[in-house]
Amino acid sequence: MGKKLLMKGNEVIAEAALRAGCKCYFGYPITPQTEIAHYFAKKMPEYGGTFIQAESEVAAINMVYGAASAGARVMTSSSSPGISLKQEGISYIAGAELPAVIVNIVRCGPGLGGILPAQGDYFQAVKGGGHGDYKMVVLAPSSVQELYELTVEAFNIADKYRIACMIMGDGILGQMMETVEFKDKEEIISADKSWALTGTKMEREQNVITSIYIDPEVLESHNLKLQRKYKLIEENENRVEIFNCEEADVIITAFGTVARIIKNVIKMAEKEGIKIGLIRPITLWPFPNEAFEKYATVPKAFLSVELNAGQMVEDVRLAINGKNKVFFHGRMGGMIPTQNEILDKVKEILKG
Amino acid sequence: MKTVFKRPHALKDKHMHYCPGCTHGIVHRLIAEVIDELGIEGKTIGVASVGCSYNNYEYFNCDMAQAAHGRAPAVATGIKRVNPGNVVFTYQGDGDLASIGTAEIVHAAMRGEKITTIFINNAIYGMTSGQMAPTTLINQVTTTSPFGRKPELHGYPLKVSEMLATIEGAVFVERVSTHDIKNILNAKKAIKKAFQVQMANLGFSIVEVLSSCPTNWGMNPVKALAWIKENMIPYYPIGNLKGKDLEV
Repeated sequence: MGKKLLMKGNEVIAEAALRAGCKCYFGYPITPQTEIAHYFAKKMPEYGGTFIQAESEVAAINMVYGAASAGARVMTSSSSPGISLKQEGISYIAGAELPAVIVNIVRCGPGLGGILPAQGDYFQAVKGGGHGDYKMVVLAPSSVQELYELTVEAFNIADKYRIACMIMGDGILGQMMETVEFKDKEEIISADKSWALTGTKMEREQNVITSIYIDPEVLESHNLKLQRKYKLIEENENRVEIFNCEEADVIITAFGTVARIIKNVIKMAEKEGIKIGLIRPITLWPFPNEAFEKYATVPKAFLSVELNAGQMVEDVRLAINGKNKVFFHGRMGGMIPTQNEILDKVKEILKG
Repeated sequence: MKTVFKRPHALKDKHMHYCPGCTHGIVHRLIAEVIDELGIEGKTIGVASVGCSYNNYEYFNCDMAQAAHGRAPAVATGIKRVNPGNVVFTYQGDGDLASIGTAEIVHAAMRGEKITTIFINNAIYGMTSGQMAPTTLINQVTTTSPFGRKPELHGYPLKVSEMLATIEGAVFVERVSTHDIKNILNAKKAIKKAFQVQMANLGFSIVEVLSSCPTNWGMNPVKALAWIKENMIPYYPIGNLKGKDLEV
């Protein structure tokens, strides 16, 4: 491992992307993620790549579509309202099977909402967002170190499966400074990109990147191909952290920065003789169903804590499939639940 | 025996799906002839858009991407920035470029992207069945202006080339027409120059091509060509707006 540095989350995303061989960044300013663009603007020339501050989020994601078509490792980043604008392009990227990395440093909504942390874009990220039957891999880091590691990983997953890979953080993660230890060299998979648009050089057949298939039989078979790919990803790429679950009275499930609060709640509860476990999905899609199935009947109940009105809890309930009770506690608008607030909720559940 | 006429290599040997009398096919051929003459088929990447020509990758032999409605200049930007040695062109209609894609075309021009845009202006939405476009002429009847385009309701037709010519990064801007042989030959010259401007890395180049849509205009092909001459050209004058004397 290399030396430890104290860095801001947003800057670590950009540094990790450059280390992963990202050659193009297209973005549009929006709080609380704009430091990502600042970092690329300053550093990209050293790497011989392209940085463009696009005229809009819509243009930025379509530049991503173009650069990915040409075979480059490419990234865009934004925050919730900007990610909404990118949905058109994300659907086309899914349809055309292009590898791309998209960062969402989530803020509060709906509408312009506010610039403080939230997790209200869970549904948008894992259930679609854009039109049509598609999925993208969604990674939810909970520390700056993990932000670095998962950003590198996102480029590998994107290239390996020709899929869009989203890193979903929040305003806390993007804005906070933490130590990060960079590797001397990143592990970068070499992916076949013989499909890319480079010009035929009169040596091969034409390559075409498209998402339109007018013939229904052809389009259905294209969709079935996408679904087979998604199945493969579900089998191979789901990631989860399981902590203290073996004899837990209550298992809390939380992702991203909320999981950090839960670890403190676990310590507080121990002093009062209450055993709390944590299941932290690291991939929000594919969702780590097996972890929930494994511990479904261990605790007296599950509690999903989120910075929204109850979104991931729906996937938790699907995974638990009626084998246990699933409760929810959420805050919105940039409000963060306190440790005491969560512990009180656990006690209330245990009282029955 | 001497060959006097053949299909350009850059054009596939395929029947096109365009309506009888539509000038898309002519413009496709002109682009393919230019690609052949410049010897650039192996390094050309085209970007198809949304509209009747959405699948023109079925007709061109070079590498091609298909872009969302109006976004072709952004997609072309991404491609060209990755592969600066390639020749990249977009092929867009007036609904695509002059309505939903105004931001993308203006900013590609503003950045002086080294790409070439072929802009088909037939004053109507073709594929979606004849709706009013920003380029629809005053009093022109369309399915969404059934009583004719009225300035007080719909504003005046947008002169895209004049607008783009005001932008520093747009170095070559020309409007041409397809209504007769002389103009078709001029159109080819303009398209060739636009590609050469890109190859010389001078900046953004665009050729607006006045085209016919007999089906949605409700005319036979001969009348449609006459309609370009009599109605479109008076409002959209043909000629070079910028970059005529550029050395390529």
